[in-house]
Order: sequence, then structure tokens, then C-alpha cells
Amino acid sequence: MALLQISEPGMSTAPHEHRLAVGIDLGTTNSLVASVRSGVAETLDDDNGQALLPSVVYYAQGELPEVGVTALEKSSKDPLNTIASIKRVLGRSAEDIQSANDYIPFQFENKIDSVPRVKTAHGPRTAVEISADILIALKDRAEKTLGGELIGAVITVPAYFDDSQRQATKDAATLAGLNIYRLLNEPTAAAIAYGLDQSAEGVIAVYDLGGGTFDVSILRLRKGVFEVMATGGDSALGGDDFDHAIANWAIEKLDSTIREDDITMRRVLSAARQAKEALTNQSAVVINVEGYASLELTQEDFEWLIEAYVKKTIMACRRALRDADIEKDDVSEVVMVGGSTRVPLVRKQVEKFFDKMPHTDINPDRVVAIGAAIQAGILAGNKPGDEMLLLDVIPLSLGIETMGGLVEKIVNRNTTIPVARAQEFTTYKDGQTAMRVHVLQGERELVSDCRSLAMFDLTGLPPLVAGAAKIKVTFQIDADGLLSVSAQEVNTGVSASIEVKPSYGLTDAEIENMLKASMDHAQEDMVARGLREEQVEADRVVEALNSALVKDGEALLSSKELESIMNMRDALIEVRNSADNVDQIKQAIKNVETVSEEYVARRMNNSVRSMMQGRKLEEFEQ
Amino acid sequence: MIIKAGKLLLQKSKARNLIMSISLTDSAAERVKTFLEKRGKGVGVRLGVKTTGCSGMAYTIEFADEIEDTDKVFEENGVKVLINPKSLVYLDDTELDFGKEGLNEGFKFNNPNEKDRCGCGESFTV
Repeated sequence: MALLQISEPGMSTAPHEHRLAVGIDLGTTNSLVASVRSGVAETLDDDNGQALLPSVVYYAQGELPEVGVTALEKSSKDPLNTIASIKRVLGRSAEDIQSANDYIPFQFENKIDSVPRVKTAHGPRTAVEISADILIALKDRAEKTLGGELIGAVITVPAYFDDSQRQATKDAATLAGLNIYRLLNEPTAAAIAYGLDQSAEGVIAVYDLGGGTFDVSILRLRKGVFEVMATGGDSALGGDDFDHAIANWAIEKLDSTIREDDITMRRVLSAARQAKEALTNQSAVVINVEGYASLELTQEDFEWLIEAYVKKTIMACRRALRDADIEKDDVSEVVMVGGSTRVPLVRKQVEKFFDKMPHTDINPDRVVAIGAAIQAGILAGNKPGDEMLLLDVIPLSLGIETMGGLVEKIVNRNTTIPVARAQEFTTYKDGQTAMRVHVLQGERELVSDCRSLAMFDLTGLPPLVAGAAKIKVTFQIDADGLLSVSAQEVNTGVSASIEVKPSYGLTDAEIENMLKASMDHAQEDMVARGLREEQVEADRVVEALNSALVKDGEALLSSKELESIMNMRDALIEVRNSADNVDQIKQAIKNVETVSEEYVARRMNNSVRSMMQGRKLEEFEQ
Repeated sequence: MIIKAGKLLLQKSKARNLIMSISLTDSAAERVKTFLEKRGKGVGVRLGVKTTGCSGMAYTIEFADEIEDTDKVFEENGVKVLINPKSLVYLDDTELDFGKEGLNEGFKFNNPNEKDRCGCGESFTV
């Protein structure tokens, strides 16, 4: 006899067609899966009654990956094959990881120019693959608990995740065989879990300090509808930093050479984490690291160690309020999310800043998964009507590169999605027939300070004088925050577009290939990109020159002039193909331009003359 | 331990039995109560039979927000069980139980009228 759950009125499902859907909180430190059963959203436990699955994967040679507690237990025995905190690098490039300056507790393959891969006994594994292993464990647990195959899932991501991190999350889910209804911002999920959509109108601040990420979101609730007014935070700040602060403090007291020893380093980190947890309801704790003297850490010392981090979160709260254009007094409710909000100093500071008692009733580790499960239940069609409409915002501005390496923003940060925005651009040179659309994400003005998401060329533009072509660039962002960009020349209709399968994109079929190709693209450093652009520019010059010469080269130039122009052109082609230096190509282009100056002038005169011939003056006076 | 639900007289019923009943086990009653409380609304739970499924009929169990005029209502342990008279003929003497199978848990119908059921146990014939 199958086990049945109570459905909403009129929503009973036919046998074998139960709409089993889950919410998944894929966390840096711990992950959870939750589902709505008989109208109640609850996290699903494993065989031992544990809801939290440590986001740790252990790879042993010739065995299936182990996930969770059993993997965590291996971390001191075989640390290099035990991968933790993978979310910190999910959807990030090797460059991002290096510049982040974090202590990353695993080793990468030394291949800077490709997808970052973690060395394991199973060979190199990407962050997407490792995350997928965690998701598979959660999926198995859910299917065992719910007694059937899942039809869909909602996975939560930090509000600050950029496009490539969101895409990487989706890719991991696809790899795990999950059908993703949508990604949901973690703070939004928390507000849903607290049922704040049932309460009166108001402004809700969600303070989410997890293991690896910090988010603050300002939500406005109006007639049961959430609108995300602003998001802020830091995608590389969390409870892990508290652990590291304690670890660094301990190492200084014990022996600074510990840093060079991965295994002892891990032991110190795990002792640090235990100390932090104990300090939630103790005033002091003793830290023991095998082979070293024990240390005492008081609550006071601990607060001193983490003060700077907590301050940083409060500053982000202040910034989010400013972005939302509201005052502290406008905030009616504060919701605490993430295990690190158990730290007494964090609660004290948040309460002090917002001047009100934050919500802490629901287990802060589970609240996000519960909210996601409620969403998933609705999206699976288990609730009548659409009781909830969620508006999200994009966390970072999106734009394209314009002349001079500047970024023109097309969609500003904190715009609610889904959204479509268009802006017109034009050519900057006479006869320009191609345009490179470089999609960027970030708040800074210079291309080099923003994140490159994608690039594509719009070719086949009509060769008009500079400023005459009208190119409409449209940005479209779907409900998941994923972007598609298209460019169209208005007069001719020539168009090109790109789905921003951001840097780490992968198709269902060709995961590996897509990963590598899109990665390589994103990894082009500034020198390489500059060179490439200069090469495109050189090609354009050569092409324009060739077409001009075919048209009227012999008519307007003496054979000697023609020869010197052709020589310079050939020299440019030679340099374009061989040079590894932008300046060399620039110089060669300049040489061509200098030697053809007179020719260009003659062409101009000629075309003006032929245009005006046989016409009356009045025709030009309009 | 089984608690018999209140007995109900069917007026002028063509059914063989004039007195029909539905019962809930303790654990089933307890769970229904908890789920109703957490849901925050609803008058009770509605049991039914749908003509669907791989061997004819399927059980349904839903929250009930209102009692229909035609509903037969059984009440015990503060839990109202609503059944449409058409379904009742298939569910007479059925006991609703709540059980666990491994990690999975949920309600099951122990129905003496069942003649056959599909392998999965989700649908049945009488």
C-alpha cells in the first residue's frame, strides 16, 4: 500500500503522478532538502535523523563519491581527497579564485587557462561536478523519503551570485538529474518560510550569514506580494571566516609552520569550528590540536577576532538600506538566516543596528530550504492558484563595452526581473561593417574593472559614415536572472544574439566541451583581448582598404602611390599575424592610414562631387 | 489500537449495509490534527475515491475547507472526516492509518472492500 499525503482541496493527484517537488538549500558548509507534505514544509532527514548534510565530498580511488558526514570524517585522514566549501569557487574562474586571497582548503590543477579543477583521487573534478555530487545525495534522500521520483526542484542561491555562478548552480543541478523550476534568492526563501507573505504590509530586512556567504536583502511586502527592493552583501564572507580567524589566532600562539602542513591546518580549522559553535552558549572554550598545547579562547577574545567581519556585514546592511532608499525606521521586521547568526555578537550587532528584535524562531540553518520547498510545491502545481508572486532584482548592473574601454550600463542593478531593456548604439568609424558586443557585469566604469560575461560580433553592417548606422542592443533577463543579449542594425535588420550561457555554461549533452570553450573565452586576459581587438581592427582596415582599392584605386592613384599603399598594407597583414604586441599592430595600422591619407581625401572629394553632380543647390539646403 | 468512528445511518440507501463507518487509527488522527493546525485553516480532512488509476479506483485524501451539504461527516478525537456518499460505498469499514516505510511516511487506507490492487498499491478494484 502506497503512503499518501493530504492534498489541498481538489488537488489530488492520480496514482503514479504525484507531483513531488523539493526545495534545496545548496550551502557552503551544509546543504538541506525540504518538501511540502500534507501541507507542511519540512526538511527531510537522513537515515540517522539528520537534516543537515555537510557539503563535503570524499573521493576514494575506485569507489563512489561519499557525501556528508562520512565524507567529513575523512577530512583529517585524507584531507586532499575531501572537498569542502566548494560553493566558494562554484562558477568562479581561476583568476577570481587567485585574486580572492581566501584560504581554499584544496588544491587545483595547475592549469590557469582552463576550468579550475580540484585534484582528487577521481582525477580532476570541476566545482560543478562536485556540487552535482552533493545534489545527487540530496535527491536520493528526497526520493527515498517521498517515495517516488522528483518532478522538480527549487534551488536557492545567494542574492549576490552573478550570472556565471547562477548558471553553474543550474548546471550542477542538470548534471545531478534534477529538473530546476527556478533559482530563488536565499533571503527571499527565508521570508517565505516565515510566512511573512501572510502578514501585514511592511519592509523586511533579511540578514543571512551562512558558512561562506553573507547577504542582506530588503524586501517590501505589499498585499501578499514580495518585491526585493535591494540586495547587498559579500559572496566571500561567512562563518568560515570566523573559523579562519580563530585558526590564525591559534596558529600564531602555537606554531606558525602549521600553515605549511595541510593536514594539521585542517585539524586546526576543525578545532576552530568546534570552538566557535561552543561559544554560542559558553563564555570560554578550550581548543585542543593533536600534538600541541591546549589553548583557551574566551567569548571576549572571540568577539575581538571577528569584530571586523561583523562590522562589514553591518556596513552592507546600511548600504542596502541606502540602495532601497529607506531609513532604518522603515524596516518593520528583521529575519535571521544562516547558522552563523547563532553567534551572540552577530545577534547583538544586528539588533543594535536595526533597533529591533530579529526573528530567530525557525532554525536558521533550515529556514531557506523550507522557503524553497514552499515555492517548489506551488510551482509543481500542488496549490490552487498562484498565491505568491515573487519579484527579484538583478544584483549587479549589466552593460556593454563602448569605445575607449568604457562600460555603458543597459540594465542597472536592483532592477526587478524579468526585464527587457534596449538602447541604441552606432558605429564609430566610416564604413564600419562589424561591431563587437562585449557583455559586462559590474558597477565600475572601466571594462577592466568589470566582469566579462560574453562577447559576440554583429557583422554585415552597411558601410555607412560614422554615426549613421543604428544598432539596437537589447538585454533580456528571465526570472532566474539569466541573460540573453541581441544586437540589431535597425535599417537593414541584420542581427546577432547570444544567450549568456555565462563563463561556465554547459549543455545537457556536451558538458565538458561547453565548459572548456566558454571558460577559455572568459579567461582571456586583458593583453590577449587587446591583441585580439587590435587584430580585428587591422582586419577591418585591410578589408576597407581592399574594397576601396578595387573600386577606385587605379583611377585615383598613380602606380607609385598604389604600390606604397599596398606595401604598407602587406606589412600590416604580416604584423597582424605575427605580432604578440598590440603596439606593433597599432603602429602598422597607423602607417597604412598615413600612407593612404591623400587617397582618402581624394575619395572623399570624388564622392562628394559625384553626389552633387547634376543637382540643384536647393536640394541640399533642406 | 483502533478507535471506531461514529456510526452513520444512510437514509434510504440502496447499499447492502445500512450502517456505514470509517475509522482512524490513533496515529492517523494525531497526524491529521497536526497537519490541520500547521496549515492554519480547514474544517477537516476529506477522503474519497477517484475513478482513475491503473486498476480502476484510487484513494484521495485532501484538506477540506468547507462541508458540502451532501457530505457525510464522521468526527472523533476532534478530527472531522468528510466523505461524499458516492465514495462512501467504496470506503465502508475502511480504516485510515498513518505509517512509515523506511524514510517514507504517509497515510494508508485499510479497506476491506478491496478485491484487487495494482502492484504499487495506489489503485484498487472492489
